[in-house]
Amino acid sequence: MAETAYAPRRMAVSRAGTATRRRRRQAHRLVPLLYVAPGFLFYLTFVIAPWLQSVWISLWEWNGVGVATWVGLDNYAEILAEPALRAALLNAFGFIVFYTVIPIVLGLVLAAVVAATPWRAMPVIRTVLFLPQILPLVAVGVVWKWIYSEDGPLNQLLGAVGLGDFARAWLGDFTWAFPAVGLIGSWVSTGLCFLLLLSGIGRIDQSLYEAAKMDGCGPVREFWHVTVPSLRREIGVAATVTIIAALAGFDIVYVMTGGGPGHATTVPGVQVYELVFTAGRVGTACALATVLSVLTCAVMYGINRLTKER
Amino acid sequence: MTRFLTRGALVLAAATVLFPFLAILSAALQPPSTLSPGLAWPSSPHWENFATAWTTAGFGSLLSSSAIVAFGVVPIALVMATLAGYGLAMCTLRIKGPLFALLMLGLALPFEAIVIPLYYDMRSFDLLNSHWALILPLIGAFMPFGVFWMRAHFESLPRELVEAAEMDGASHWRTLVSVLLPTARPALTTLGLLNFMWAWNHFLLALILIQDPAKRTAPAGLGKFVQQFGKNIPLLSAGTIIVITPIVLLYLFFQRHFIKGILQGAVK
Repeated sequence: MAETAYAPRRMAVSRAGTATRRRRRQAHRLVPLLYVAPGFLFYLTFVIAPWLQSVWISLWEWNGVGVATWVGLDNYAEILAEPALRAALLNAFGFIVFYTVIPIVLGLVLAAVVAATPWRAMPVIRTVLFLPQILPLVAVGVVWKWIYSEDGPLNQLLGAVGLGDFARAWLGDFTWAFPAVGLIGSWVSTGLCFLLLLSGIGRIDQSLYEAAKMDGCGPVREFWHVTVPSLRREIGVAATVTIIAALAGFDIVYVMTGGGPGHATTVPGVQVYELVFTAGRVGTACALATVLSVLTCAVMYGINRLTKER
Repeated sequence: MTRFLTRGALVLAAATVLFPFLAILSAALQPPSTLSPGLAWPSSPHWENFATAWTTAGFGSLLSSSAIVAFGVVPIALVMATLAGYGLAMCTLRIKGPLFALLMLGLALPFEAIVIPLYYDMRSFDLLNSHWALILPLIGAFMPFGVFWMRAHFESLPRELVEAAEMDGASHWRTLVSVLLPTARPALTTLGLLNFMWAWNHFLLALILIQDPAKRTAPAGLGKFVQQFGKNIPLLSAGTIIVITPIVLLYLFFQRHFIKGILQGAVK
């Protein structure tokens, strides 16, 4: 009987004990946030806050110095209405063909073929193919601008092989400037896509290929039915990285064409620069930047959903 | 036969990458008066073009500006990414999800989306045209990749390592400094090199936030150099080679880190 009388008290003590322990554990669980804080503070101050600020400015008409007037969504209407701004967004998406589609297709084919036949020179090839990834794109643009110029190496080469009639000022040509600039994107991205996909192929379960052979698949069907589906994740990664590069492409265009001729090669970055520093239309520039960032995030989200392993 | 074709394709791909480099090297060595050099290697290489380009564009000051920015960004970015990566790896709170999503957002945001407010903010804080105007935003912009990178490293370590330290009564801080950091050297080297390269190469913010020629970085300087000397191909080519040489050398020395970092970083 005496024991039962004590029992409730003991329980009360132990309950109080767990409460403090739990509180202490709660506090303990908050400690990681202290480690996260400085980095996040930097990130919030210099990336997220300016981005939100940009969204806010996009609702005003402002020349950068004077008084701003509230215009609501008018700046966004201008983006749809003005040919230069519309062209910038369309071109950015057009560049995806050159930055993403061509490199992934080339990279897939090359990786599938190379994976089957190992070669000792591969490390050297890898070093060379990766080189465009580490170069400042401004320098890449300067070099290609000269290669494409009227009396540059490309036209000399065409002349030398008897295609002199085909020579032209590539970057001044309304039809050819866009693909000419775009192909540099392919030059930059193909090596990256190839190496990403090649490392993915190395991880594919060999028994899948054996099973495909048993079913009588030739190399082409093997490629479509085993290699490509197994590389779903790597293809998604390659697409994500290169699409971001395509949509945010500024350096190459700024150096090579400045967006011309006309608006043939213009991109959002070039338009933002001109709107702010030449036209004094800061609000419109911010609206364009906002549209670009929302579109980029939307595309990223879409790819993420599509390529996630089920 | 297939083997021959495969190797042919690889060599062709490598040649396509190398061709522009050989082309500008040959162009840079042409007599300075040649306005449209061909692809032929010059009979007598004019190495003095490099000296001319160096002095006309002031590449000494441009390169040292880039170095200041890159060396300013790297140490701070590494420390913060390490702390935050460790914090996220340890974190068991529900806020971890939103923090993650916020960082993911940063991987997709283009610099165009932040450059305009940064310009006016830096101006009002009187930081425009100083190296800080570029260093601070770049540290912020490199955070998402760095945090994910370091977190992936810490989570790849065996749990026993941390548990053993906890059993010995080590605090979070001690665990990080004396148990985890010694394992992080390769991961930190890779991250440091990538951050260095990105800072060195960065163009858009550099062009807009540092317009003072005396403080300008190398890529921005090259961008302006093209506008001034666009027609003088030997000089322009020499200038381009000067700008890319430091980063190419760094790449050749540490290529494993660069390749591993970009390939794995993309996948994570």
